[in-house]
Amino acid sequence: MSVEPAAPVARERGRGGLRGRQGLAGWLFVSPALLLLGVFMVAPILLALWVSFRDWSGLAPLSASAPAGTDNYQDLLTHTGVVRGDFAKSLRNNVYYVLGVVPAQTLLALVLAVIVNAKLLKGRTFFRAAFYFPSVTSSIAVAFIFVFLFSPNGVVNTVLSALLPGKIGLVWLDDSDGLIHLLLRAVGVGSPPGPLRHEFLDLSWWDWLSGPSVALSSIMILATWTTTGTFMLMFLAGLQNVPVEVEEAAEVDGASRFQLFWRVTLPMLKPTLFLVVTLGLIGTWQVFDQVYAMTSGGPQKTTLTPAYLVYREGFQNSAMGRAAAIAFIVFVIILVFTGLQRLVLRRER
Amino acid sequence: MIRRALLTLFAVIFIYPFVLSLATSFKSRPEVAAHPVTPWPASPDLRAWTDVLVHSDFPLWTFNSLLVTVVATLLRVFLDSLAGYALARLEWRGRGIVFAGVVAVLAVPPIVLTVPRFLVLKELTLLNSYTGLILPLAVDAMGIFLMRQFFVELPRELEEAARIDGASIFGAYWHIVLPLARPALLTLTILSFQGVWNEFLLPLIVVRASPSLWTLPFGLSTLGRGGAGGQSFDYPVMMAGSILTIVPVAVVFIVFQRFFVRGVAASGVKG
Repeated sequence: MSVEPAAPVARERGRGGLRGRQGLAGWLFVSPALLLLGVFMVAPILLALWVSFRDWSGLAPLSASAPAGTDNYQDLLTHTGVVRGDFAKSLRNNVYYVLGVVPAQTLLALVLAVIVNAKLLKGRTFFRAAFYFPSVTSSIAVAFIFVFLFSPNGVVNTVLSALLPGKIGLVWLDDSDGLIHLLLRAVGVGSPPGPLRHEFLDLSWWDWLSGPSVALSSIMILATWTTTGTFMLMFLAGLQNVPVEVEEAAEVDGASRFQLFWRVTLPMLKPTLFLVVTLGLIGTWQVFDQVYAMTSGGPQKTTLTPAYLVYREGFQNSAMGRAAAIAFIVFVIILVFTGLQRLVLRRER
Repeated sequence: MIRRALLTLFAVIFIYPFVLSLATSFKSRPEVAAHPVTPWPASPDLRAWTDVLVHSDFPLWTFNSLLVTVVATLLRVFLDSLAGYALARLEWRGRGIVFAGVVAVLAVPPIVLTVPRFLVLKELTLLNSYTGLILPLAVDAMGIFLMRQFFVELPRELEEAARIDGASIFGAYWHIVLPLARPALLTLTILSFQGVWNEFLLPLIVVRASPSLWTLPFGLSTLGRGGAGGQSFDYPVMMAGSILTIVPVAVVFIVFQRFFVRGVAASGVKG
C-alpha cells in the first residue's frame, strides 16, 4: 500500500511524454489515409458540386469551361425537353425497381435466415454458403449469366413453358412493356383514358404508371438473387441475439410456431430489419453495372436509371456538368435514407 | 421436410446458374441453341475457351487485375489498419473530428464520385495509368472503421508494456499489435481482394481508352457481343469469360468463408 502513491506520479510523467509523442504519431498514422480519402472522396464531392454549375464537356480542360448558373438543374427539373423526359423516365424506372427489389430481397432473406437458423438443421454451413455465394461474385460476370438465362430460348423461358400452359417465348431483355400496362391490357384497357394523357415532367401519367418493363423486371430478379445472401447473413447475426430462453418460455406457454415468430422473434429482429431495409434503399438507388452489361438503358429507355444516366450524359454525351447535377440529385435521395437510418439506429441504442 | 425442400429449391436457384454457365462454355453454339438447359455438354467443344484464352486479351486483363488487386489490397490493409490504430489507441488532438469525418465518408455512394473522380484523375494526369486504377482504391473508410472497432476492444497491457520497455509507437504497433490483429487483417484482406477484383466503375472511367490497361470485369464486358439483339451473343464465350472471372473469388470464398461472414456481420453493425 505504501508504494501506491508513487505510481500515479510516475505514470503521470510517462503519459505526459507519451502524449506529446502520441500527438505526432496519431497524425502521422492517419495522414496517408486522410490524404487519399481527401483527394479521392472529399475533394471530388466539392468539385462535383462546382462542376454541376458549369458547362463542361469533360474533354477540354476544366478551366476552359463556362459558368452555367443553374442551367444543368433546370434542364433536369424545369425545362421541357428530352433531357427532362429522360431524367423523369430514369426516376420512374428506379422507383419501380426499389419498390420491387427492396421488399423481395428483405422478405426472402428473412425467410431463408429463419429456416437456416432452425435447430437440428443438417448442412447449415452448405446452405448458408450457397445462398451467399452470388453476392461475392463479379457483377458483370453474373449479369452475363443472366443475359443467357433470360435469352429467348434460355432457361427461364424453358422452365416457364414447362410449368405454365402453352409455350412461353418472352424476349425478356428486349421487351419494353410495363407490367401494369400488360395487366391492364389483359382486362381490356389497351390505351390511356383521357386524363392520363396529361404530362408531368415530359412523361404522360399513363407512362408514369406503366410499372417496371419486362426488361427491368429481369434486372430486378438478378438484383434480388445477388443481394439476398448478404442480407440473410445480417438476419442470421440478428437471430443470434434472440435469447433461446425467451423462445422456450413462449413455447412452454403454448405459442404456436407462427405466433412465436410473429410475436417474439420478429419484434426482436426490428433493428436488423430496419438496417436491411435502409441498406437496400441505399443500394437500389445506385444500380449501374447490371444496366450497363445487360441493356444499356434500353429497350425504349425502360431500364434507364439515374446512375446510368450519369454515365451516359457525362462520358458518352460529353455533358459532365449535367452528369454531376444528376449525381447530386441522386446523392440527396440517398442521403435522406442514410440520415434516416442513422437517426433511428441512434435512438434504438 | 417442407423446410428441407424449400432450402434445396433455393440452393438450386442460387447455384444452378453457375453450373449451367460452366457447361455452356463447353458447348458449341448450335448445341446451346438446341439444349440451353442441360448441365453438361453433349459433345464437349473447346472453341469458346480457345477464343477467350488465345484469341482475346483475357490473359492480359487477368494480369492487370492481379496487379491492381494485389497492390491496392496491400496498401489498403496497411493504411487502413494504421489509421484505425491511431483512431482507436493513440491520444491526439483532432481525433474525434477525423473519426467523424471517416464515418461521414462511409455514406458517400460511389456513383456520386464518378464524374469528379474522373476530373481529379485528369487534373493529376493519372487517367489511363495503373496508378489511377490503384490509388482511389488504396484506402477505404469502411476498412478504417472495421480496424478501429477491432483495436478498441484489444487489451491495452501488452503494448503499454512494450512502450515502457522503450519501443517506439510504430514499433509497438508493428511488432505487438498487428500480430494480435491477424483475424481482423485477414477479414479486411479478403473483403478488399473481393471488392477490388470485382470493381467495374473505376476502370470504366479511368482506362476505357487504353485496352492494354483493362482489368477483367471491364474486359469481360466487351466479350462475345457481336452486334445488337439477343440472338447474336456468343454465349459460350461469355460464359467461359464469366466463369474465369468468378473462379479466383470463388476459391478465396470457399477457403475463407467464415471471414466473409464475419465481414458482413461487422459491416452490418455500422451506423
